Amino acid sequence: MAGVTVLIASAVGARETNEVEQLQRELRELRERMQSLEEKLNYAATNTASPAPLETNRPTSASASAPPTKVWSPSDPLRVGRGSAYADIGLVGTFAAGGSTAKDIEAGTQLGGHDPNQNGFTVQGVEMNLQGAVDPYLRGNANLLFSVDSGGESFVELEEAWLETVSLPGNFQIRAGQILSEFGRVNAQHPHTWGFVDSPLVNGRFLGADGLRNPGARLSWLAPTPFYSELMLGIQNSQGETAASFRSHGHAHGGEGEERLPFGYRHAENDRGVRHVTDLLFTPRYAMSFDLTDEQTLVMGASGAFGPNASGSSGDTVTQIYGVDLYWKWKPSNAHAGFPFVSFQTEVMLRRYKLGAFDWDENGNGGDNDGDGFVDAGIITDATGLTPAVLAPETVTDYGGYAQLLYGFRQGWVAGLRFDYVTGERATYERAGLLLADGNGGGSSLGRDPQRNERWRLTPNLTWYPTEFSKIRLQYNYDDRRDLGRDHSVWLQFEFLLGAHAAHKF
Amino acid sequence: MKTKCLLFLAALLMATAVQAKLNIVVTTPDLASIAKEVGGDKVEITTLARPTEDPHFVDAKPSFIVKLNRADALIEGGADLEIGWLPSLLTGARNDKIQSGQPGRILCNEGVSMLEVPTTLTRAEGDIHPLGNPHYVVDPVNAKIIATHLADAFAKLDSGSAEMYRANAKKFTDALDGKLAEWVAKLAPFKGAKVVSYHKSWPYFAARYGLVMDIFLEPKPGIPPSPAHLASVIARMKEENARVIIVDPYLNRKTAETVARSTDATVVDVAQMPGGVKGADSYIALEDYLVNSLAAALQKK
Repeated sequence: MAGVTVLIASAVGARETNEVEQLQRELRELRERMQSLEEKLNYAATNTASPAPLETNRPTSASASAPPTKVWSPSDPLRVGRGSAYADIGLVGTFAAGGSTAKDIEAGTQLGGHDPNQNGFTVQGVEMNLQGAVDPYLRGNANLLFSVDSGGESFVELEEAWLETVSLPGNFQIRAGQILSEFGRVNAQHPHTWGFVDSPLVNGRFLGADGLRNPGARLSWLAPTPFYSELMLGIQNSQGETAASFRSHGHAHGGEGEERLPFGYRHAENDRGVRHVTDLLFTPRYAMSFDLTDEQTLVMGASGAFGPNASGSSGDTVTQIYGVDLYWKWKPSNAHAGFPFVSFQTEVMLRRYKLGAFDWDENGNGGDNDGDGFVDAGIITDATGLTPAVLAPETVTDYGGYAQLLYGFRQGWVAGLRFDYVTGERATYERAGLLLADGNGGGSSLGRDPQRNERWRLTPNLTWYPTEFSKIRLQYNYDDRRDLGRDHSVWLQFEFLLGAHAAHKF
Repeated sequence: MKTKCLLFLAALLMATAVQAKLNIVVTTPDLASIAKEVGGDKVEITTLARPTEDPHFVDAKPSFIVKLNRADALIEGGADLEIGWLPSLLTGARNDKIQSGQPGRILCNEGVSMLEVPTTLTRAEGDIHPLGNPHYVVDPVNAKIIATHLADAFAKLDSGSAEMYRANAKKFTDALDGKLAEWVAKLAPFKGAKVVSYHKSWPYFAARYGLVMDIFLEPKPGIPPSPAHLASVIARMKEENARVIIVDPYLNRKTAETVARSTDATVVDVAQMPGGVKGADSYIALEDYLVNSLAAALQKK
């Protein structure tokens, strides 16, 4: 100690005062370090003195005595690579079994691409997720979905794969790659987080069987408001099955109803490509949230999706989808394992779709390609049944929504009820008395477009989560489709989760 | 006019004084109470989980994102207690100061000897924590380690008040030393006594005071009690003469009461978070409550 003092004394003589201060600081730090070491020694002593020393409870593995370095966690048990370039792997397998009175389950009663699609068993999806820090600036995520379609063919989907900035200045964040559009609540969620076996009808109709997702980028900004308030803008490609209301050949699964009639009773074949930035898909969203009380939280959002569609030949047809959503959750402040809780969620959407002009006399031969004097089967004709229909351009309006209530009444048990409703305003082409030619001079009359016709569905269900890593869900759907009738479906869903599982968003 | 100017200046000064405080977000109230002791009036503490809440299952509310976005520092347990809800919040928070590895990301288990570090990791054993049992704050010796560690961490963030943080930490650890002797003495007569708990969240407390807690109402961590399991618990309690069941505020007290009726045991309300039981709003007040109520219940038998 005296030596140190001498050292300091000589330092005072030789150096600037700030260096003395530095030495003093170092000395103080040394003293403190000694103090903390002493404390640790004391801790060990207290342990040995105590009747049940902490040491005896510890496993004899070397890892126990090692400092708590983050090497592995049950939520990310499979870690590949080393150093900072690792990825966490997780797998979610979701399956369904059951049946329906409907003859057209796939794309008929069930509009979601990962809904149960047949009587018997359905692989709803086996989703692999990889995620991790790319470097100090970026985070990466990929969701690969493996599944078996209703015909028994295996397929793979690139559901999502994106990089995201960790901390851009100004509270901005950019996500780029193959991304799910932020539209409402259900669209951006992966199916296994849904409270029901299947996708809401309005999502299936407006945003497509597999949801609105495409390659692109999203910029989001956390506003400097006292409450949570986030503004997002997505810019993505506007074509393909995953942009169903946009530059897509109608619905991915060919449409609803027994007759696979094209949307708007006309083919959507004018995929005009991207000539201008406005030919891309734009999805703005604003979301905000308030804690109403300590036990109640409200999240509200407004979304839009704007882009070109492939209808008609004029090359100027566009689709606009607007949506509002609301989520409310109550959970008492002494809830155990997340139960009990009550949550209410609703989304309402409006779609304005501009249908282009279309002439069913595509080859200029009066629709009689086989030369038998009649309009060929499958061609839509006017009310006389003798001439192919000439459809004028028009903008059609559809709207719909769902509301769902979930009640977690005891640990692991959730009862749910959902109501779905979708409809379209009757358009000119639906009033024109068009016929679907049978090839023999006659035809069946076409009324409301089945892809826009009114329908509703009531869905009660019951879910049991043995743990948060598995679930079994029983669901009943009462379906009422105007002009097509009522159907009953019962589905049993089961799911398991292995490996990493990212914490869910609220 | 002059007074207005002065008032404005005063307001401005006050505003800057408020800004000068470290804005610290803490995941759980136990760590927050220690952070308050160490930080004093130099820090503004915001706690995410509520004291009566199950700390494993806190909802990742969007309002938390805003709090994390504006934080100078984030204090967390570091032993995966918050794994179910903190990561998604951090993603949305876009705050560089609290990214892992930054001085503003403070892990409280640094320097703490963790118990029950599993040798094999399988979810067949229920909810397991690979870094050891995360309920370590309830041991006063660990609280001392946390306080010292927090003082160092605060000093790094705000070197101007380093002295104060260290003095506060010293004051707190000294107070704990004094109380610890008292607490150990109070529970010394019950060395080796059996105490039944609902969840496996009290091994540090048991080890500190020489109690034996090896009977749990849950068959495995996080798995709800089954009737068959409860029957075996009742049999074991009778056989091993266990007469006290402790229940945290977020656990099912009715289950504990049912078991208590068949075993003539006493149910004691406990909490690991200050504020989790009435009147125990600071770390020391809570430990006082825990030791006293347990001593009273153990005395009864």
